[in-house]
Amino acid sequence: MDDSTKTALHWPDAIYAQFRRVGIRQVGYVPDAGHSRLIELCVNDPNIHDVVLTTEEEGVGLVAGAALGGERAALLMQSSGVGNCINMFSLMRNCGFPCLVLITMRGEFAEFNPWQVPMGSITEATLKLCGFLTYRVDEPDSVDDIVGGGCDMAFGGDLQVAIVLSQRLIGRKEWTK
Amino acid sequence: MLDRREFVQKLLVDRKDLLVVSGLGSPTYDVAACGDHPLNFYLWGAMGGAAMIGLGLALAQPALRVLVLTGDGEALMGLGSLATIGVKQPVNLAIVVLDNQHYGETGMQPSHTRAGIDLVAVAKACKFVDALHVSEIGAMSHIRDLVHNGGGPILVQARISNDAAPRMLPSRDGHAIKLRFMEALGRLDCMNS
Repeated sequence: MDDSTKTALHWPDAIYAQFRRVGIRQVGYVPDAGHSRLIELCVNDPNIHDVVLTTEEEGVGLVAGAALGGERAALLMQSSGVGNCINMFSLMRNCGFPCLVLITMRGEFAEFNPWQVPMGSITEATLKLCGFLTYRVDEPDSVDDIVGGGCDMAFGGDLQVAIVLSQRLIGRKEWTK
Repeated sequence: MLDRREFVQKLLVDRKDLLVVSGLGSPTYDVAACGDHPLNFYLWGAMGGAAMIGLGLALAQPALRVLVLTGDGEALMGLGSLATIGVKQPVNLAIVVLDNQHYGETGMQPSHTRAGIDLVAVAKACKFVDALHVSEIGAMSHIRDLVHNGGGPILVQARISNDAAPRMLPSRDGHAIKLRFMEALGRLDCMNS
């Protein structure tokens, strides 16, 4: 295994290390292949409440409740989940809750399923309309720096921050057994 | 059937450190009508999100009790969150649904509970430790004790009458409500540590 492959495999670990640095205590997620490694790390961390959701918008409420109670939270979702959250995101802006969302992209690169494309192609614009600062990550080596910066923006300034993890970063979905 | 204001007033009397999240519309007015309190988080929107705000708060503050007071329409919009709460089993969370079987804010159109959709049965299916109906004020002392002291998650579906109560409007400033809540919680933490 060369160095670049090792880095590519370990970008979820870099996100998790940032979660630990800034003291994330609650993580809401809908099961997702792209986030599977990060979800596993959070589930196995006794200092993190992992909350599996039936739909992503539930996670927005979770973030608000965690912040009210003095804890930091993060949401993990696929790009399609952003569409499920739009009205609930108003809670973040109306109250100035810090909100950190990590989004694995679908429908933008090497996508075999056209049904992913309509939402995938408007995900970043939708987040901006909802008041989020968005930071896109294409390279595994940039994950630590960009996620760290996003955490500091969100929790330092009670801002809404989305980290957009590109489909090139995550890799092609394998459908062969 | 219950009078909504009498029921909520009796539920919140001598509330001590109870943390209260109120669903948009009449439940927010009902909670405000009991007297404004810094540990009230009033919702004016985010329909369907009240129960999940309660879950995040309950997980963050395990030593305190959390009450989500909401309406049948708001609860129905967040039905999946009952399953999510059932997975986490927060012992300090109670949800009380003020059920008038109608959407009061939009002109009293009938809700799903009007057609017999049973939120207590849903909560039981979602592994809530306690879930029950209440429709008589005589059961109040039991309900109050359950909400304040019982092991959660708990859901109470309270059948209230359709009578409109005078509107009692708390602040609509989300930042102000949030900061006031967090400051009051911070003072509690200082006293308890």
